[in-house]
Amino acid sequence: MSASISTAVPAVPMRPPQRASRHLLVIGGIALTAALLVAGAFMPKWLTFLVTMAASHGLVSLGIVLMMRGGVVSFGQGLVFAIGAYAAALAYTRLGMTDAIGLAVLGGFVATLAVAPFAPLLSRYRGIFFAMLTLALSMVVFGVLVKTDALGGSDGFNMGRVTVLGQKLGDAQVGYVLYAVTIVAAAVLALLARIYFDSSRGLLSLAVRDNELRVEYLGGSVRRAMAINFMLAAFAGGTGGALVVMSLGHIDPNFSYWTTSGEFVFVAILAGWQSVLAVFIASTVLEVVRSFSSLYFPNTWQLSLGLFLLFVIRFLPRGIGSLWIRRTGASRHQDAPR
Amino acid sequence: MTAPLLRASGLEKRFGALVAASAITLDVQAGERVSLIGSNGAGKTTFVNMITGYLKPDAGRIELAGRDITPLDPRAITRLGVARSFQIPQLYPALSVLDNMLVAIACQENRLSFWQVARRADAVARADALLERFTLLEHRERLVAELPGGVRKLLDIAMALTGEPQLLLLDEPTSGVSAEEKFPMMEIVMTAVGAQPLTVLFVEHDMDIVERYADRVVAFYSGRIIADAAPQAALAADEVRRYVTGTLEVTTC
Repeated sequence: MSASISTAVPAVPMRPPQRASRHLLVIGGIALTAALLVAGAFMPKWLTFLVTMAASHGLVSLGIVLMMRGGVVSFGQGLVFAIGAYAAALAYTRLGMTDAIGLAVLGGFVATLAVAPFAPLLSRYRGIFFAMLTLALSMVVFGVLVKTDALGGSDGFNMGRVTVLGQKLGDAQVGYVLYAVTIVAAAVLALLARIYFDSSRGLLSLAVRDNELRVEYLGGSVRRAMAINFMLAAFAGGTGGALVVMSLGHIDPNFSYWTTSGEFVFVAILAGWQSVLAVFIASTVLEVVRSFSSLYFPNTWQLSLGLFLLFVIRFLPRGIGSLWIRRTGASRHQDAPR
Repeated sequence: MTAPLLRASGLEKRFGALVAASAITLDVQAGERVSLIGSNGAGKTTFVNMITGYLKPDAGRIELAGRDITPLDPRAITRLGVARSFQIPQLYPALSVLDNMLVAIACQENRLSFWQVARRADAVARADALLERFTLLEHRERLVAELPGGVRKLLDIAMALTGEPQLLLLDEPTSGVSAEEKFPMMEIVMTAVGAQPLTVLFVEHDMDIVERYADRVVAFYSGRIIADAAPQAALAADEVRRYVTGTLEVTTC
């Protein structure tokens, strides 16, 4: 008896893996970063600030995208954003740590350590339960911050001007230098995120999203994968928070408020989960829409934002990233009924 | 006689009033091909689920090569060399066939890395070798969601074999496959499985398949074993003919 069964679909010729090589990725990342650094020198100050905010907020949303790849969405990413920002601001004001790079890294680490005890708990939940639990945690932190006078209560507190590699920054340079630090930090984390997405652990996240039962039956740990994603997202969010507070020079509990978390989710949905670059583009789009809408329609800018999101969901259901990510492999069926 | 690879002793499982397993005792020697037969609800899949740790027995003990695996979860049991396929293939529909295999290889090798690309050369080579054994190589870049049922079944089994298990449990490997494709499919599976020193337990409803591929048949009815013998003897047993194959007429007065 011949050992063959019908396939009902024509076979496709084999092709090599689609993923870009590491070298191309690094070279492309460096080129893009260099281009942004050069462009920043010629940008007006308002635009430099806008891109700084977009890149640092983008890092927080990158954390959400990282979790989305595992099938969950955090509605409380403001939690790690606030923890990272408060850590950086407190290290500056209380410990005298002024270096921008050190503060950014510190923000990431403190946020990761702060949420690490919750990772095993959260890794047990999915869907709306995960979203609500993360939201609840962020609102608990918001409440604590509002009531803690030592941290400025609901008014927050200010932090002074940071240094970079021991150099004090003058009025003329501070905007651009913080822009450059943010762009480089975002580029490094974006590159690491891409490497993670293409790794076997990154692939496991997609598998968890698709079929948890089979992951366990293959000897993989679903909960460990979810906990790791949650903590990596915390590092990205904490770093973003630290970068933002350095540029703003002020922090208050609203960093942890649910509407702040909502904006990060907005960017993640806008970007989709396929492309790292799309996260930063989406974040920039949000900042641009917000800036111009609040200028021209100060009381209804959220309406413009909502309409824009509706447009994207209708015409780009897989997010902005789907514009250039080929519809192959993991990407093609992600919007199929689950 | 050597110690059995798998020993189930006095397994009991109830779901409320329903008795899914009652005093199930079974030894399986290494290298055996054992078919589990029985009508729907007889307790075959419950037995497989207890062996693989998905269900915990209410009573009894399960040993793998002398080690008690009763309290272990599916992940731990998988790591000890027990693999399974499913009646409804449990795959990753949004991923390609190759990526499904790579997830399986990475999990079973316990070589999950943040840094190394998922499509590393040695893993891809291993995946391709298995896909070739299962005649799936031509589909390697195709999305699982696009594949027909028979191909999904084969992929489900191929993934189970990535860890080179000692014991393979196949839950109805030919269910949902057309009658004319059952034998070719089972031929592919058994040929592929034959390349490894493997003990196989398979749940099956097609008695022709059972007769051809099993060394031994264990028949279930109402959560208990009603026959355990070589295929011809088991299929000829009155209780099996009455409750499983339906070839023994029940006379009423």
